[in-house]
Amino acid sequence: MDIFTKFQPLHNAFEQLMSISKHNPFGTTIEKMISPTIGVINGRQTLLFGTNNYLGLSQSDAARHAAAEAAMQYGVGTTGSRIANGTYSLHQELEQDLAKFFNRRSCMVFSTGYQATLGMVSTLAGKDDYLFLDADCHASIYDGSRMSQAQIIRFRHNDADDLRKRLRRLGDIPGNKLIVVEGVYSMFGDIIPLKEFVEVKKEENACLMIDEAHSFGIFGEHGRGIAERDQVEADIDFTVGTFSKSLGTVGGYCVSDHPQMDLLRLCTRPYMFTASLPPEVIAATKANLEIIKNHPELIHKLMDNASRFYHALQNAGFLTGPDISSVISVILEDLPQASQFWNRVLELGAYINLSLPPATPDNRPLLRASIAAAHTTEQIDQLVQIYIQAAQDVGVALKI
Amino acid sequence: MTETIESVSQIIIETLLENPKVPRNITPESKIIEDLEFDSLAVMNFVMEIEDKLDVSVPLDRLTDVRTIHDLAEAIISLK
Ligand SMILES: Cc1ncc(COP(=O)(O)O)c(C=O)c1O
Repeated sequence: MDIFTKFQPLHNAFEQLMSISKHNPFGTTIEKMISPTIGVINGRQTLLFGTNNYLGLSQSDAARHAAAEAAMQYGVGTTGSRIANGTYSLHQELEQDLAKFFNRRSCMVFSTGYQATLGMVSTLAGKDDYLFLDADCHASIYDGSRMSQAQIIRFRHNDADDLRKRLRRLGDIPGNKLIVVEGVYSMFGDIIPLKEFVEVKKEENACLMIDEAHSFGIFGEHGRGIAERDQVEADIDFTVGTFSKSLGTVGGYCVSDHPQMDLLRLCTRPYMFTASLPPEVIAATKANLEIIKNHPELIHKLMDNASRFYHALQNAGFLTGPDISSVISVILEDLPQASQFWNRVLELGAYINLSLPPATPDNRPLLRASIAAAHTTEQIDQLVQIYIQAAQDVGVALKI
Repeated sequence: MTETIESVSQIIIETLLENPKVPRNITPESKIIEDLEFDSLAVMNFVMEIEDKLDVSVPLDRLTDVRTIHDLAEAIISLK
């Protein structure tokens, strides 16, 4: 019995996966980036459909120049926390830019999106409060709930009636209620029926937090996410998100109109006890936010690509998730089939994500493609052909 | 209707047996993770079903002390 004994089941599961999978799906290495949509993997140029670079901005010229300039001016790291030496004017400017973009009173910038949700969920929900989490919420939200002292209640995925039922079950137990949902769920790419949730929140007098990690820069006329698309922004108490997807860098944020948001800077541990983002990342993020503001056509191109891919998969007989978003998943039968399919797609020249239970809903393996505005129509069509070929080669039954 | 730990344990066992993968010989003393081979997600999904059957909410933090079916029944009774 040593300290690693408890990982034996994980070891066995991984060994089993590697006995049937030529490449390690959790160990893919990108040797070189050729463009936002092409990288070199295993020495070969490969189409990248497994990044979260939805708008292609990880490679924007404006961001690269801004980053280089900031690095020259300020250095490459802050070496300290936001509440000590780690706040530069750049951090404050980015917070102001984001608050303005969302038409909110204030914004807090965190070092990652994981820390933004972890910090907000764990700090807002106190000992006598109740947290209501969608069954499919991201790991950072569940981790935050465990760090909080609150009572945690899980409701059925995207089911506002189920949430209402669970809220009502509490009766008039004292304590604040915080509901946490996402705009687009990262595994199936399915979208929240947000208006229904807003109704419940109002009826039950609860607070509502939405993580727009996969919807920021993609939904809504200005890219503010599902809350903008569904015209319910006024009813959202806290919006969290990440820089690591549409914005193409790294970091996270929370925006809110609550007048006392600044108090959270003094008690949110994942904000306080870690170094702030380096200047070059802040400068690059600011530059990419400007691009999102000024180029709404990127959103349209992304949705055109996503819709083309989604419909082509459906026509070919693949089992997909219910909605069209930047994440489009194909649901497969079992692990051997999913891993063969993933390996075959890689050999045929495209990188996608293999997502396995328990990280996936319903215990089904998923092949998850992220669609970007930077993909060309030809690349989308190529990926469709690769899926069809791989399905034939590994014997995935298509329903036609 | 007044529920007892025994009656709630019985309801839990009946619900578990609806899942064909669960061993047929479970008792109130069966350990949920070890004997049923449930991962954390499977536990949360199954607790949700029990919650709806018994019209009770079991906050997830209460589950940290639950190991057996009997423990879960006890937690539910204390919440009712
Ligand atoms: C819904 C959701 N929230 C938060 C995060 C964390 O973001 P980050 O990569 O910035 O830590 C992710 C990304 O994995 C996510 O999908």
